[in-house]
Amino acid sequence: MARIEAEVGRPQGGLIQWIDDRFPLIETLRYHATEYYASKNFNIWYVFGVLAMVVLVLQLVTGIFLTMNYKPSAADAFASVEYIMRDVEWGWLIRYLHSTGASFFFIIVYLHMFRAMLYGSYKKPRELIWLIGMLIFFMLMAEAFAGYLLPWGQMSYWGAQVIISLFGAIPWIGDALVEIIRGDYSISDITLNRFFALHVVVIPLTLIGLVFVHIVALHEVGSNNPDGIEIKEHKGPDGIPLDGIAFHPYHTSKDLVAIIIFLMVFSAVVFFAPDMGGYFLEHANFEPANLTATPEHIAPVWYFTPFYAILRAVPDKLWGAILMAAAVLLPVFLPWLDRARVKSIRYRGWIYKSALACFAISFLVLGWLGTMPAEGIYVLSARIFSAIYFAFFLLMPYYTTVDKTKPVPDRVVYHG
Amino acid sequence: MVSFPGCNVIVRGLAVILSFVAVQSFAAGGSVQMEAAEIDPGSVMSLQRGARNFMNYCSGCHSAKYVRYNTIGKYLDLSEQQLIDNLMFNAEKTFETIRVAMPAGDSATWFGKTPPDLTLMARAKGADYVYNFLKGFYLDADSPTGVDNLVLAGTSMPHALWELQGFNEAIINEVTEHGETTVHFEGFEQVTPGSMDAEDYDDFVRDTVNFLAYIAEPVRAERRKLGVWVLLYLAVFLIIAYLLKKQIWKDVS
Repeated sequence: MARIEAEVGRPQGGLIQWIDDRFPLIETLRYHATEYYASKNFNIWYVFGVLAMVVLVLQLVTGIFLTMNYKPSAADAFASVEYIMRDVEWGWLIRYLHSTGASFFFIIVYLHMFRAMLYGSYKKPRELIWLIGMLIFFMLMAEAFAGYLLPWGQMSYWGAQVIISLFGAIPWIGDALVEIIRGDYSISDITLNRFFALHVVVIPLTLIGLVFVHIVALHEVGSNNPDGIEIKEHKGPDGIPLDGIAFHPYHTSKDLVAIIIFLMVFSAVVFFAPDMGGYFLEHANFEPANLTATPEHIAPVWYFTPFYAILRAVPDKLWGAILMAAAVLLPVFLPWLDRARVKSIRYRGWIYKSALACFAISFLVLGWLGTMPAEGIYVLSARIFSAIYFAFFLLMPYYTTVDKTKPVPDRVVYHG
Repeated sequence: MVSFPGCNVIVRGLAVILSFVAVQSFAAGGSVQMEAAEIDPGSVMSLQRGARNFMNYCSGCHSAKYVRYNTIGKYLDLSEQQLIDNLMFNAEKTFETIRVAMPAGDSATWFGKTPPDLTLMARAKGADYVYNFLKGFYLDADSPTGVDNLVLAGTSMPHALWELQGFNEAIINEVTEHGETTVHFEGFEQVTPGSMDAEDYDDFVRDTVNFLAYIAEPVRAERRKLGVWVLLYLAVFLIIAYLLKKQIWKDVS
C-alpha cells in the first residue's frame, strides 16, 4: 500500500499521512500552492494582492495587542491611547504599526483595484472575484470608519458626526436610522462601545471570510495576467498551462522580494513620519473629543477624501449623499459596463487608455480636494472632476464598444 | 540603544526625505506669517532648560497629565534627586504625572476657560504655532486680560510671560481697497521692557517649545534610532530574498 502511494507521489506514513487520511492537507497545498499555475509574466501590479494579505495579518495582530490595553469608553479611550503610546512596553510601535497599516491598507487596495482596471481582471470569467473584492472594499471602509472613532480625538468625534448625519438625509427613515447607528441621540459612550464591537469582532470576521472566498474564487478560474490571456487555453501534454508557473515556489519567492520592499517603505513611515504630515494621523486628533467645539476644518482621513469631495460638490445634502454612495458603488458594475472584447490595456485603443487616465487623475484630484476647505475654486473643481469620475463609468458601455482594439496574441509576452 | 557613527546622518536624511513627501502646513490663525520655531530636539541642554521653564512658568495653570516625571528624567539625563529638587513642585513620587493644583472649575471661572492640558499641544497645533503664540501677545485695552494674541485672537490666556518679555503694542494698518477693509499686521513695538531682551526671550520660548514637542512624543528619538536598524535589517534580508528568487527562477524561460 505504502509503496503504491510512494509511486504516485503521496506521503508515506508518519504524521503527514495520518493527517492526510483525515483531512485533505497535501491536496489543498497542491491545489492552492505547488500546483496552482499562474502566468509567468506578472509585473509589479500583481504584488498588491499578497501585500493586502500581509497588511491584513499585520492589522489583526497589532489590533489584538491594542485591545489588551485600550479602554472603549468615552471617559477613558483617549487616555488609554496615550497610555499605550507612553507606558505600555512597545505600545508606541504597536499603535504606529496599526495606524500606518490602516492607511497602507487603502493605498494597496486602491492599487490592487486599479490593476484590475488596467488588465480587465474583472471581466468574464472573473466577475464574481471582482464582486467579492468590492464587498471586501466596502467592509474595509466600514472597518476604517469604525476604528477611527476609537481614539476619541476631536477628528474621531466630528468626522463620525458628519458621516453618520449623512444617513439623516434619507427621507422618512433618516432620523430613526441615525439613532439606530449611534444608539443614542448624539455620538456618545454608547456609540463608541458599539463601534468597538464592530471594529474588533464583526467586521474583521467578515473580512477574513470574504478574503477566503475571494481567493477560492480566484483559484477556481485562475489568475489573469498583464496580457489578459487565458493561459489555460494553451496547455502542454502534462496538462499544465504552457505560460503558467507554480505559485510555490516561483511566485512566492518573487512575492517575498516584494513584501520586503514594501516593509521597507512601510517602516520608513512608521519610524520616521508616523503621522505623515497630518495625513495618516490628523493633527486635530491629538486633542480629546470636545463636544462643545468643532475643529476649524473637518476632513476625513485621506482615503475617504475622494468620496468626501463628491459629497461636498453637491449643494443639496440628500443628493450629495446619493452621489457619494453612487461613486462608491459604481465600480461594482464594471464587469457589465465594460463591453470591450479584450481585457488588457495593452490591446485596447486610445479611447479607453485616455478614459482610464482621466479617471485616475480625477480620483487623485478629488482626493486632494477633499482635504481642502469647501469654498470657491475648490468646489468648482470638485464638480468638474466628479463629472469626469461619473462619466468614466456611465459612458463606458459606449466608448468601449467603439474603441478600436488590437489583436491579442495566443501566448503571453515574456522577456525572461 | 546601540549607536554607531553615521546613524544620525541616516536618520536626518530619511526624515528630510519623508518631510518632503508629507508636507502639510498647519492651518494658521488668519493670515499670520508663522516664524519657524527652529527647535533642536537632539539638544538635551535645551530640553532641560525647557523643562525648567515649563515647571516654573506653565505648570501653575497647565497640566501635562500623561507625562511622568521619571520619563522626563530618563531622556533628559536627570537623576531622581534632580527631578525632586528642581521640577517636582507638587508631586511626591517620580512616577507621578504632571498634574495641576488649580481646580478645573475654579480656573474656568477665573479665566473663562480651563487652561488646556499641554501634553500633546505641540503635536496638535505644531511647534511653530506654540512658538508664535507665546511671542504673539500684545496690549489690548478691550480684553479682560489686557492682552490679545496675534496667533489666537480672543485667547483667554493672560500674558503669563510678561515679566520676561515685557509688553508689546501691535502696529496694525487698515487698508481700504475696492471698498474692502483689510487689516495688516506690521510688527510689534515694545512699550514696557521685560527682564530679557528679544533674543533671550526667543531662546526662552524656543527651549520651552522644544520641551513641549518632546513631551508630546517622548519616544520620537528612540523610534528614529530603531528605524535605522530595522531598515538595515530589511536591506540585508532583501539581498538574500532577491538571490533566492533569482536561483528559483533560473529554469523559467
